[in-house]
Amino acid sequence: MGRTLAEHESLALLRERGVPVVEEAVVDTPDAAAAAARSLGTPVVVKLTGPGVAHKTERGLVRLGVRSAAEAESAATELLAAARPDDGAVRLVVAPMVRGARELIAGAHDDPQFGPCVMVGIGGVLAEAVADVAVRLAPLDERDAHEMLDDLRAAAILGPVRGEPAVDRDRLAAILVALSNLVVERPDLVSIDINPLVVVDGAPLAVDALVELRS
Amino acid sequence: MSPRIPPERFRALFDPRGVLVAGVSAHPGKFGFVALHNIITQGYRGPVYGTNLEGGEVLGVPMLRSPDDLPPDAIVDLVFVCTPAAANPDLLRACARRGITAAFLTSAGYGEAGERGRAAEAELVALADELGILLAGPNGQGVVSTPARLCAQIVAPYPPAGGVGIVSQSGNFVSSFQNMARASGVGVSRAVSAGNAAAVAVPDFLEYFAADPETRVALAYVEGVGEGRTFFERVRDVAAAQPVVLLKGGTTAGGQRAAASHTGALASDDRVFDGMCRQAGVTRAATVEDAFEAAATFATQPLPLGPRVAVVTTAGGWGVVTADAITRSELELLVLPDDLRAAIDERLPPRWSRNNPIDLAGGETRDTVPEVLELAARHPEVDAVVYLGIGIQSNEARLMREGQFWGDPGLERIVAYHERQDARFATAAAEVSAATGKPVLTATELAVADPANAGPRTVQATGRLCYPSSYRAVRALEHLWRRARFCESRGLV
Repeated sequence: MGRTLAEHESLALLRERGVPVVEEAVVDTPDAAAAAARSLGTPVVVKLTGPGVAHKTERGLVRLGVRSAAEAESAATELLAAARPDDGAVRLVVAPMVRGARELIAGAHDDPQFGPCVMVGIGGVLAEAVADVAVRLAPLDERDAHEMLDDLRAAAILGPVRGEPAVDRDRLAAILVALSNLVVERPDLVSIDINPLVVVDGAPLAVDALVELRS
Repeated sequence: MSPRIPPERFRALFDPRGVLVAGVSAHPGKFGFVALHNIITQGYRGPVYGTNLEGGEVLGVPMLRSPDDLPPDAIVDLVFVCTPAAANPDLLRACARRGITAAFLTSAGYGEAGERGRAAEAELVALADELGILLAGPNGQGVVSTPARLCAQIVAPYPPAGGVGIVSQSGNFVSSFQNMARASGVGVSRAVSAGNAAAVAVPDFLEYFAADPETRVALAYVEGVGEGRTFFERVRDVAAAQPVVLLKGGTTAGGQRAAASHTGALASDDRVFDGMCRQAGVTRAATVEDAFEAAATFATQPLPLGPRVAVVTTAGGWGVVTADAITRSELELLVLPDDLRAAIDERLPPRWSRNNPIDLAGGETRDTVPEVLELAARHPEVDAVVYLGIGIQSNEARLMREGQFWGDPGLERIVAYHERQDARFATAAAEVSAATGKPVLTATELAVADPANAGPRTVQATGRLCYPSSYRAVRALEHLWRRARFCESRGLV
């Protein structure tokens, strides 16, 4: 079994690699959470993060649509109280609410038969049921990345949707190449999942991520 | 990357100067009889020898006790082995003494038969290696090579000659694809059952096919691919040189359990496998028919330079469902260019569709079909043509031949005309394709319902596949277009 990086560490790793990542504040106290909400501008999302924190949504550790600094403070207090010993050293993430009609998923993993692979797919709450993903072996180049996007059954989702412009395919392809480089250069990396990768005005933005390392 | 096994080593297997069948039986029900029978009856031109313990003569071939008893001047490259596993080490040593450099083993009792079998297989591989013998099998059904007229198999059939190279981890798929080759007339260059693939595995045969001037396209059935990364790199290099059509068994949980007990293949995530194929430029087929028809199309049609398809049909409904199939695919239903519409207007009464599909709507006269096929294929905006409606007239001709009025000179004249016309349409489709370098695919269910019909029969005579439905023609064309796009984007020829 490997160990997971905390959400903000996972996102930081992606940011280093040039992946567009949501601007967020990582804080330790309810006071600081309130201050962060004030400076980011509400509404915000408040989440608990830590090396052992996985399945945040299922455990109720994500508070969406927090509308004021005071609300952020009380949400932070509750989240800290909900921490378990095996979550490790927990912290709080305060991030702006990111809205987009389209959610994608992207990631990389070490396949037991084919080695490092990169994937992209349709995200959102129905992602698993839809199971629309394309995979390539790493390393991949821009051309492979563009072909992955063509492979999606719901590739039309990448076009203009509900008043939002078409997804910037070059940026999306660049994210897939970045994931490929990461998984190739870091043999200690078991898997990396960006979920969701929200499309904001056509630009993909990593809002949450989970990195698993070999222990 | 160069092939793991140098291509010239396969000459002894696929173009042997002489063949020895070891373990010949006098009983026509035994593999040792069938192998000798198939080699002799299907026209192999080199000398054929046989060994067994009983002596005597089988099918006119005097039986030797051992390869050591071969005539001093005999030149034999291939031994086809039907003896029990325990006899094989001594047999191979004797074969090596007589200069034999390839062996195909049908013998069972190796890797598929538990721990002792696996040990015997490892010893056999080491021995063959030491003796310089290319070892195919064991536990395989045989090898076919049409340039050598060699049918060294313990099963049927022997296919017509052609450009499809077949390799399979499951011997009966070699038979399946060869049966389809026989039925369709699209022929085979080499076909081999990899058996347990102890020393020579599917990627080795694929590398050979890529170097083989007789093979234009490789067609493979696999369940497992061993170390995935190596398979990917090798098959990618092969696919850079020639089209590779791959059918994979065990893509679902149920199929994977079956594959595990059949070839011991490891389960892998099918989405990873699928992506690997796309990345390597391998054409992955969804079904057995899809696999054969894709390979047959690569072997007999030029690659399209673009996705735009014109449909020429003599009946409306067929055109409509074909338009649906094209629209659902990665191909494009061409918007009929004005100059093409005007050119067709000159040759047809105004009730034709005046759009794509080009539905002649019964307005055609003697020369219309060849003329419209030519106009469509020659138009610069058309990348490929699907032609529907062949054989209708000859189908009626068959009823006339079978009816009680047959013998009437009027009937005979019209039947001859109908059949001549359908033959002409089939020929025109092939000729305009050759002249323009564009794929022209002819589809009719008569290809299966009545292959003797002058339409499908003549398509076959032109060396092309007559597709049993327009949907399957579109699917095959989509495979070609994907490959064309892949080659173009990677600067491959």
